[in-house]
Amino acid sequence: MTKTFEKRRNKWGWIFVSIAVFFLALFIFYPLIYSLYLSTFSTRGVMRNFVGFGNYLRLFQDNYFIQSLKNIIIILIIQVPIMLFLALIFAFLLNDPKLKLKRVFRTALFLPAVTSLVAYSVVFKMMFSTEGLINNVLLTLNIIKEPIRWLLDPVWAKVTLIIAMTWRWTGYNMMLYLAGLQNIPQEIYEAAEIDGASKITQFFRITIPLLKPIILFTTILSTIGTLQLFDEPMMLASGVTTGSSVGPGNSLLTPSVYIYNVSFKYVPNFGYASAISWIIVLIAVILTLTQFRVAGEEK
Amino acid sequence: MSRKIRYVLIYLFLSIAAFISVFPFYWMVVGSTNTSLDVNKGKLTFGNQFFVNIQNLINNFDLGQVFWNSIQISFFVVILSVVASSMAGYGFELYKSKGMKYVYGGTLLTLMVPFAALMVPVFRLMTYLNLIDSLWGVILPMIPSVFLVFFFKQNFQTYPREIIMAARVDGASELRIFFSIVMPSIKATYAAAAIYSFLTSWNAYLQPLVIIQSQKKRTMALFIANLASGYKPDFGLVMTAVVVATVPALILFFMLQRYFVQGVLGSVKQ
Repeated sequence: MTKTFEKRRNKWGWIFVSIAVFFLALFIFYPLIYSLYLSTFSTRGVMRNFVGFGNYLRLFQDNYFIQSLKNIIIILIIQVPIMLFLALIFAFLLNDPKLKLKRVFRTALFLPAVTSLVAYSVVFKMMFSTEGLINNVLLTLNIIKEPIRWLLDPVWAKVTLIIAMTWRWTGYNMMLYLAGLQNIPQEIYEAAEIDGASKITQFFRITIPLLKPIILFTTILSTIGTLQLFDEPMMLASGVTTGSSVGPGNSLLTPSVYIYNVSFKYVPNFGYASAISWIIVLIAVILTLTQFRVAGEEK
Repeated sequence: MSRKIRYVLIYLFLSIAAFISVFPFYWMVVGSTNTSLDVNKGKLTFGNQFFVNIQNLINNFDLGQVFWNSIQISFFVVILSVVASSMAGYGFELYKSKGMKYVYGGTLLTLMVPFAALMVPVFRLMTYLNLIDSLWGVILPMIPSVFLVFFFKQNFQTYPREIIMAARVDGASELRIFFSIVMPSIKATYAAAAIYSFLTSWNAYLQPLVIIQSQKKRTMALFIANLASGYKPDFGLVMTAVVVATVPALILFFMLQRYFVQGVLGSVKQ
């Protein structure tokens, strides 16, 4: 291939990517850089004072911010492993060629991923209200003696959020695992079966190791997703608690919700909101790199 | 454990999981046919309030306008985002110069950026562009989708290069090759991308929450959020609105499900 032909081809490449890159630059890169700049100011309406790292220092003493970080870390540590493990089990079971009704199960389990975050959160809020359906069922079945205050107690509020998120996202991750399992030849399982390996051994010795790249991918996606958590806590908390608390005792306050409140609900301080944003971006980057590192070392 | 018992247990486990997955949909539909009081009590059987609820929503809350706003947003986001992302995925996969690789790397990095982090600058940008409280203010920032660019690039990896080469020999231009040969031949990929894009834009909450301010421009998500967060919301109305918001997504999903599964499978081939 001649050099000029190569060059002409490259020009076409740039034409193809130009629209997407233009929008990315305008709506992601530029805002990101701009918010770094903005984070060095304290802003109140049109007033703007340069504070350097002041906003970042202030974060360390901001109880709301610290609380919001604690909240998502708890959710991250509990919810993500439960969800991904469940998703793996579903994918593993549904990959069995001898299993009947595979399609029905697959569709049923994936269905929650089609709902809107706002809509399902609202439905869950109703189901988990103190006089609501879930308590009624549990009382009728004699599993509990008195109604659980799902959304009125700080601990139960988090449990509700975790249940809701697991309902919504497990099928989504299962789908990615199923896609990954398509690349694992069925003969490996058949050979293992002949060698007398139990299903459980097959799951831990074949499925998990061979799906590692996709498990890493879903872990990163879920981590980033949890760091961005906004719709669910907003909906589950709305109207349940009084005042400006997000969930009982701010138990559902997440950094995204806090950024929104600092920017649009309280007296707007865009500079401070930008500093919070950047801390979240930093945490996302660090966690992603750590996960890559951990996955890389185990190989 | 004998084989039979094992399979019985597997079916039982999957059935329970499937039931839990589907049950909220059932309850939502049942709820839309009941009064607020019945929904709150957790009534599990169909009532006869559906038309009362939906009429109430249309007459008192302008559900039609809200629905139409969401349709417009999703329509433009799907078309623009899918075309731009597929072109970019194609470009990144087929024309690999050094500069291109760096740009692609940079693109992937932005996956890590939460929208909350961009919210303030995007809000200011929209103020500057005079797009606050306009549907385009919601549509434009949703066009760049790093996930879709990645998704298309993965899918183009397995696209037979011979077809492209043959078309070049026949003298077709690069754009023509893409639009009249490559694009029509990977319908499943496009269907999967379209569902993804539709669901993201149809269900988006934070973007419209920041950009939209007037009642007239509200989207379904904003509408439901608003309806549900009052001190004493009418649960029957909320459920009906939830059904109206969920049904289009479900219809689209069931229509394109076959392609969707194929498309997802195509993207994860290593």
